[in-house]
Amino acid sequence: MSALDPLHRTKAEEPPRAPSAWARFFDSDIWYSFTRSPVTVVSALIVLIFVVGALFAPWIAPHNPFNPAELNLMDGFTPPMGEAFSGNLYLLGTDDQGRDVFSTILYGARISLFVGFCAVLFAMVLGISLGLLAGYRGGWVDSLIMRIADVQLSFPAILVALLIFGVARAMLPRSMQGEMVIWVLIIAIGLSDWVQYARTVRGTAMVEKNKEYVQAARVIGIHPLLIMLRHVLPNVLGPVLVIATIGLALAIIAEATLSFLGVGVPPTTPSLGTLIRIGNDFLFSGEWWITLFPGLALILLALSVNLLGDWLRDALNPKLR
Amino acid sequence: MADRTLAPHSPAEAHKGGKPPLLEVRNLQVEFPTRRGLLKAVRDVSFSLQEGEILGVVGESGAGKSLTGTAVIGLLEPPGRIGGGEILLNGRRIDNLPYAQMRRIRGKEIGMVFQDPLTSLNPLYTVGQQLIETIRTHTDLSEARARARALELLADVGIPAPERRIDQYPHQFSGGMRQRVVIALALCVNPKLVIADEPTTALDVSIQAQIIKVLKRLCHEHGAAVMLITHDMGVIAETADRVAVMYAGRLVEIGPVREVVKNPRHPYTRGLMGSIPVIGHDQERLNQIEGSMPRLTEIPSGCPFHPRCPEVFERCPRERPDLLPAGPSQAACWLYDPEEPRGAGHG
Amino acid sequence: MLAFIVRRVLQSIIVMLVVALVSFSLFNFVGDPINNMVGQETTQQQREQLREELGLNDPFAVQFARFVGNAVQGNFGISYRLARPVDVVIAERLPATLELAFVSALFALVVGVATGVYTALNRSGIISRVIMTISLIGVSLPTFLIGILLIWVFAVQLQWLPSFGRGDVVDLGGWRTGFLTSSGLKALILPAITLGLFQLTLIMRLVRAEMLEVLRTDYIKFARARGLPDRAINFGHALKNTLVPVITITGLQLGSIIAFSIITETVFQWPGVGLLFINAIQFVDIPLMAAYLVLIALFFVVINLLVDLLYYAVDPRLRFDASTARGH
Repeated sequence: MSALDPLHRTKAEEPPRAPSAWARFFDSDIWYSFTRSPVTVVSALIVLIFVVGALFAPWIAPHNPFNPAELNLMDGFTPPMGEAFSGNLYLLGTDDQGRDVFSTILYGARISLFVGFCAVLFAMVLGISLGLLAGYRGGWVDSLIMRIADVQLSFPAILVALLIFGVARAMLPRSMQGEMVIWVLIIAIGLSDWVQYARTVRGTAMVEKNKEYVQAARVIGIHPLLIMLRHVLPNVLGPVLVIATIGLALAIIAEATLSFLGVGVPPTTPSLGTLIRIGNDFLFSGEWWITLFPGLALILLALSVNLLGDWLRDALNPKLR
Repeated sequence: MADRTLAPHSPAEAHKGGKPPLLEVRNLQVEFPTRRGLLKAVRDVSFSLQEGEILGVVGESGAGKSLTGTAVIGLLEPPGRIGGGEILLNGRRIDNLPYAQMRRIRGKEIGMVFQDPLTSLNPLYTVGQQLIETIRTHTDLSEARARARALELLADVGIPAPERRIDQYPHQFSGGMRQRVVIALALCVNPKLVIADEPTTALDVSIQAQIIKVLKRLCHEHGAAVMLITHDMGVIAETADRVAVMYAGRLVEIGPVREVVKNPRHPYTRGLMGSIPVIGHDQERLNQIEGSMPRLTEIPSGCPFHPRCPEVFERCPRERPDLLPAGPSQAACWLYDPEEPRGAGHG
Repeated sequence: MLAFIVRRVLQSIIVMLVVALVSFSLFNFVGDPINNMVGQETTQQQREQLREELGLNDPFAVQFARFVGNAVQGNFGISYRLARPVDVVIAERLPATLELAFVSALFALVVGVATGVYTALNRSGIISRVIMTISLIGVSLPTFLIGILLIWVFAVQLQWLPSFGRGDVVDLGGWRTGFLTSSGLKALILPAITLGLFQLTLIMRLVRAEMLEVLRTDYIKFARARGLPDRAINFGHALKNTLVPVITITGLQLGSIIAFSIITETVFQWPGVGLLFINAIQFVDIPLMAAYLVLIALFFVVINLLVDLLYYAVDPRLRFDASTARGH
């Protein structure tokens, strides 16, 4: 049966090692499935809009919400599209201090995406390094790393991030906490999410380790780890990309959650999560737009990234549905 | 679609008696819609099977033999589907039956044995539970009677100490023993037709012969016909009454087993026979057919075998031959066209 | 069987020791515990004396052994912020969290398995597609936003349900329950849905994926070829096999509900241990943080053990492996 499966057949006809990982990635099958899935195209567009909006926030945003000179306290609590005291028109309304909600979302997304990307990058580098080390060295190094991974996996990432955050807070001098908080956040989120990369890379590394080219590299004096890096990476590119995409959504959500819990980005340079936290206080008094619009932005962003990740996983693995 | 306009040619056997054959397959097409178009995996296959007869179906993997068997029992997996033709069981069409009716035929009138005994049994139920469930689905035997029947069946397929074994789980059986259980399951309500899809391929060579023996004996005792799908000509030669040879989704030759083995007509069958080592003959090397079977998306025009055929001539790439009488067999090859001058010298 | 349990218990103890080590390190190396306990006016000499009294000058191993010994008895010291014994504070708050977690877990499990099976069996149906789409949105929705949205709709706009707190509670010998009053039950609805929704989508997707996998196996094909009715195939054969791997992951997921309740408790101001922990982090209340960590680990380990036993009961391959190895 399986021999007649068209996907299976084309796979079997390919040479065992594709010419290059990138060529394989941009293989027509993937492009085809991308163009064939309107949801994916829309998600990609939304993510693109967010990234562009965040990068160019200072030029796109109608107001600079963090420039006190531009603030007009009298404009506070203007509803969406409503007439403000000053006569300005605010697309999505203003918050208690008269800051334009649309602009704060653009600036907030900037922070959220920055933290998200950096945390994913950190988790990826850490996870790949540890996975490669575990797979290559084996023995007690492997068991130690994988045991840590197991124990950590059994705790929700958010709890791990909270703990790391709490510890960092206790260790850093109070004066430095303001500026350091974003980096602490990035490290906390990154540390809570490296396990998946490590597991994927470890599996491949264990297979590659016994191949002859690794032994050969040892003979000619190149460190086998370096050689393996070059051979393992292309093999795990697909899965790592999928993990990273879904990890980005998770990191954005984690940052928002921490900020919402009041242990993340401070209100002076708010991220989407901080905005929601600030706005939450006004939910009961009827000013729903202050919290719901940043909330919708967060949902839209996380959902689009997730949809992209989902599609990517299916596209890279035709055996999955 | 041009194939469909050809007159359905019923196999000669169908006309012999007044009674319809047990199974008759007419112009069967199995197709898979893919994004690159319709993939026709089985094309225009016709054959019939008499009661108690064993028909071997041989061919390389991908030739469409398993799909033909799966289509007969109505278990093609979507998106695979029957694209045309008819399947008749005792003269009654079954290829277009609603799901619920077809379900009652499965197991009761048509049994099936799969390739891999290690994965064919549900690991979470005892062998007895699976047998009793199947028996009680198709009969109104009581639990106790069904259990007695199950014990009988296990003894029949040669499982020692069935009283003890019946309450064990599949993983406590060896591969050969599991395949015996699978055969017992396929035969437990006396179906008139058993489709055995590569029943010995996954087994140890030492056990293969035993399993085939059990299958043959039981089908004989129960009066069941067998459609034995395999790529192992040795098994066919020992077991089957007739042989159907498939290539690239088509039937290329069908005939009595002795004829097909000793005197193959189609050049492909000849190649297939030439690739089997014969004990006692001093062969320098086994014959091999040049090239490989075409992909289903790239089936050559005319006779699909022509690019690999040692006896190809100008008509072959142009026109596709239907099954033509060739001695006691039938072969889909222009060599057997009485009007073909080249054919006279061969055969 | 016995060997299996003993091995699992030993592994659990090791995990607990590792977690204890982490939380002990929190105690000793994060900030100066003495500084956290005393005021500015304490002299150096008094500090030294306190240090000696608390045994902070003892070797690491001795201190750790003492920490574990105390922890086993539930003694985690005095909360910096609340100035009360940590175990007492936690015991007061635990019923609220446990009741919330129990209801959410039940909700997630029942609805998750049901929708998972449904969407696997009706893969291309419209309802399945709608459920799958909603579930994807569910995964992308941060828990706190679900809570906020639910509050906005059901508490602010419709005013059907309370937006914070536990409602009225009844004291049953130290266990204050919200199950026995109507306001307590009403207060439970929104937080339970908020907390359970993420696990629900996860369980649903897992059940669906496993079920689809099982439906493709040979033994299901063979069951179809034997003409077994769909009900028997789907629920008798496929579902049971689906549950084997699902049990493990679902068990772990449900274990993490207790930890996830941090977020839900913050949104709904639910007076449980999660809220306590968040406050502890904000005020760097190390004893509380350490105790909470050990508590979560304990839940995790216990649930893990239960899951293993359940797994053992469901899958005969585990039960008989030893006996077949000897029997043949």
